[in-house]
Amino acid sequence: MEPMNSPGYPILSTLIFLPIIGALVILFLGRAQGTAIKWVALLVSIVAFILSVPLFLSFDKSTYFMQFVERHEWIPSWNIMYSLGLDGISILFVLLTTLITILCVLISWNSISTKIKEFYIAILVMEGAMIGVFSSLDFFLFYLFWEAMLIPMYLLIGVWGGPNRIYAAIKFFLYTLVGSVLMLVGIIVLYFHAGQTFDILQLMKKTYPYNMQFWLFWAFFAAFAVKVPMFPVHTWLPDAHTEAPTAGSVILAAVLIKMGAYGFLRFSIPLFPEAAKAMTGPMLLLSVIAIIYGAVVCLAQTDLKRLIAYSSVSHMGFVTLGIFALNTQGLEGGILQMLNHGIVTGALFLSVGIIYDRTHSREIGDYGGLATVLPVYAAFFMVFTLASIGLPGLNGFIGEFLIILGGFAASKWAGVLAATGIIIGAAYMLWLYQRVFFVDTNQKVIGLHDMNIREIVTLLPMVILIFWIGIYPDTFLSFMHPSVEHLLKGINSGGREMTLAGKIMEIVK
Amino acid sequence: MQMPDVRPMMPELLMVCLAMAVLVIDLFTKRKDIIALLSIITAGIVGYSAMASSPGETFSGMYIADGYSLFFKIIFLISLILSTLISIKYIEIEKVNFGEYYSLMLFSTLGMMVMASAGDIIVLYLGLEMMALSLYVLAGFFRHDMRSNEASLKYFLLGAFASAFLLYATSMIYGLTGTTNLKAVAQYLAANGIGANSAIMLSMILFVVAFGFKIAAAPFHMWAPDVYEGAPTSITAFMSVGPKAAGFAVLGRVFIIAFGDLQIDWVGILIPIAILTMAVGNILAIAQVNIKRMLAYSSIAHAGYALMGVISGGSEGVASMMNYLFIYSFMNIGAFAIVIALRTEGFRGEAITDYEGLAKSHPLASALMLIFMFSLTGIPPTAGFIGKFYLFMAAVNAGYTWLAVVAVIFSAISAYFYLRIVMYMYMKEPKGEVTLSTSMPSQVALALTVLAVLIIGVLPSAVIDMARTAVMGFR
Repeated sequence: MEPMNSPGYPILSTLIFLPIIGALVILFLGRAQGTAIKWVALLVSIVAFILSVPLFLSFDKSTYFMQFVERHEWIPSWNIMYSLGLDGISILFVLLTTLITILCVLISWNSISTKIKEFYIAILVMEGAMIGVFSSLDFFLFYLFWEAMLIPMYLLIGVWGGPNRIYAAIKFFLYTLVGSVLMLVGIIVLYFHAGQTFDILQLMKKTYPYNMQFWLFWAFFAAFAVKVPMFPVHTWLPDAHTEAPTAGSVILAAVLIKMGAYGFLRFSIPLFPEAAKAMTGPMLLLSVIAIIYGAVVCLAQTDLKRLIAYSSVSHMGFVTLGIFALNTQGLEGGILQMLNHGIVTGALFLSVGIIYDRTHSREIGDYGGLATVLPVYAAFFMVFTLASIGLPGLNGFIGEFLIILGGFAASKWAGVLAATGIIIGAAYMLWLYQRVFFVDTNQKVIGLHDMNIREIVTLLPMVILIFWIGIYPDTFLSFMHPSVEHLLKGINSGGREMTLAGKIMEIVK
Repeated sequence: MQMPDVRPMMPELLMVCLAMAVLVIDLFTKRKDIIALLSIITAGIVGYSAMASSPGETFSGMYIADGYSLFFKIIFLISLILSTLISIKYIEIEKVNFGEYYSLMLFSTLGMMVMASAGDIIVLYLGLEMMALSLYVLAGFFRHDMRSNEASLKYFLLGAFASAFLLYATSMIYGLTGTTNLKAVAQYLAANGIGANSAIMLSMILFVVAFGFKIAAAPFHMWAPDVYEGAPTSITAFMSVGPKAAGFAVLGRVFIIAFGDLQIDWVGILIPIAILTMAVGNILAIAQVNIKRMLAYSSIAHAGYALMGVISGGSEGVASMMNYLFIYSFMNIGAFAIVIALRTEGFRGEAITDYEGLAKSHPLASALMLIFMFSLTGIPPTAGFIGKFYLFMAAVNAGYTWLAVVAVIFSAISAYFYLRIVMYMYMKEPKGEVTLSTSMPSQVALALTVLAVLIIGVLPSAVIDMARTAVMGFR
């Protein structure tokens, strides 16, 4: 059965392979043609974004079924399919990825001056792999993209990063790899238990004995918790975020760490519902620790990027809190907060990148009084700061509000403690703003020129999205309703209804 | 007396004749690259005849040509061809451009082929010694280099020691069963209901020692780093692939055919060895400063992974081990091809620090090395991932999930030292000028290996099916 909204061509494959082909084109351009390389990268990322817009417009919001499905035989020896599809949980992240990539190309335009060719190849390969992660419906394919992504990210941090980049790069790689390989064993165990298939939808049809659910939940937890990152495996993140070049930090913050939370939603909860329910307590506890610990540590930071990195730990704590509250508000708030965090933290890293290009300093102490020197920049940064705090009317509020609502329903203490995280969040962000933009004008920042058109264009989409989600979140929430409801139905019924699962398979076939 | 059917051993007979011919032709020409070309052609002809000939047994089951042996022979011949390609320029630079070099490689490969086809421990021993004797000479091919002499002597002494273990194990089996034929041993054990008594256990342990030496499994790996470091790099590449695969070929044949019913018992010997091998290889590799030594430890670690396939047993386990060795031969020789390219007149290029900033001066070579390093780590979409994935699948399927967990942890540790090379190439500034010695043949070898690594990484079905077909009817 051909779904109604099929665009008539394999749109997801196009989105995955267009950037990779773009990277190949750049590979064959000369080393000296820096400008041409940049334009190719920009063009490819814009085309990918334009191609992804129809996904958004023609998505059928009334169903949780996978849409835009593609399915081909790939490795018949192991019964592996090349199968792709999107539902209400994954679609928004594909769009986020295509948007963020454009901004990453734009922000790096002048700041990357060495190994330009390799840089844009890495960015584009990264884009293809990230879209692949969000749209894979076969575990093997998913794992392939999930791990392949490490290669360009490792290089982005290690080659174009800050002074301590080599340490940060290998730390990032090893942390993520150890988590992932444990998941790999888990995937293989699932494969044999479910009768030799990697098909995610088929695996979800089966119910697994509790003991197996328990172990697999923790195996998958290893992979996803490192990516999120949850306390206590978050320590790679401050290093990686701080040392990465601006584009790398933005990709990490906006997309990469979302994959951990996405993994919980897509795999851990639907595959191991009983284990997930049983583990709610520890998960909520870890989330609350991350929220408060991340926020408190932010207060002590003297490095701009490190502060924002730790704020990510805190904000992602909200996301996992919402997810493991296991109710509609919590889950929808969690998904929306993932998007929000991607936009806001991405925007904050972009902003830091803009000022770093001028001063080459990340020390908060080197700034002060920027509001008089760079008024336009200060205005943009204010919007992002307030969004990060969760001011009503901006996007952060909606997500955090829903999460605390959900968290409160799941456990009163979790709700209360998470709310204190918001207060500390306001404290460190406003204090940061005060130190950087107000107080006495620092000698080092006098004479800096304000943002140019390219930089404004880079930040503008983020501002629009912040207000859009803040004022009318239903545009985005409406995508998730059926998928989230379906997810909850699976948890609460213990097993899944076979008839519905049968229907999914019909659609897929 | 009836003449035995020689058709099943046609490829080996051809190899003997052609290798002799190459040895003789060498006397009449000064152009050693012609000898290299001839030995590649020989490998091609032998490979063709091996694939074209129908399977069968001869000499009353002493010699077996089956899918299993064919698959290994393909690995040996591929590693022979690739190693020859990367040798041509290298031995010129090292000023040991003698034709015997290539003939010895041919004879060594012949020994491996005999090993893969051995249906009897005596034939196995014959092949093993033929392979090893040629390798002892090749390891010491730099006659004026102390390190090379040391490598040769060390390899010889320890190799002789291992051979003694093999003979001791054989004599015990013969004493217990009255035969050295692998199938007959299995039949005798089954017919007389002999379980794992202490004599059988001891002989199995001795076999493990002997084969463990050949595949460089810990704790019988001590020779590997010194020999790998001292031997000519091209021979190191050759040694790390062919003889290791040959060791696995006989390990699989002896343990799965002769001791197939005692799997529960020998698995108890192999599991600790596999874990120790992975641990020693991966952890000691971290501390190395010489890339040949690092790759030696890496090759020890890879033996540990491949052992998982044997431990898993069954056709899937054996197929996963064979698949792994096939993939390993490409990625490892590819990595060595880059190591060899760094060796130029008056510059050894063996220190890991010599790779500093290589990406700046030689982006293509660095990109290739990067692919090989990620493949050795087992990161998709490279072939190394497929190889490991199949091994893990076989282990989980056989009920050794915990062993797979141990293996993935060590595999994650290995990322540290493989990525260190990438880090030196891409993230450090070059210290001095590094020139590369490239030649057409080594470029061909690099192209073949990198293509294999990438294509098998994305479309592995053909290789997996080939390994599966090869083990059909094995046992």
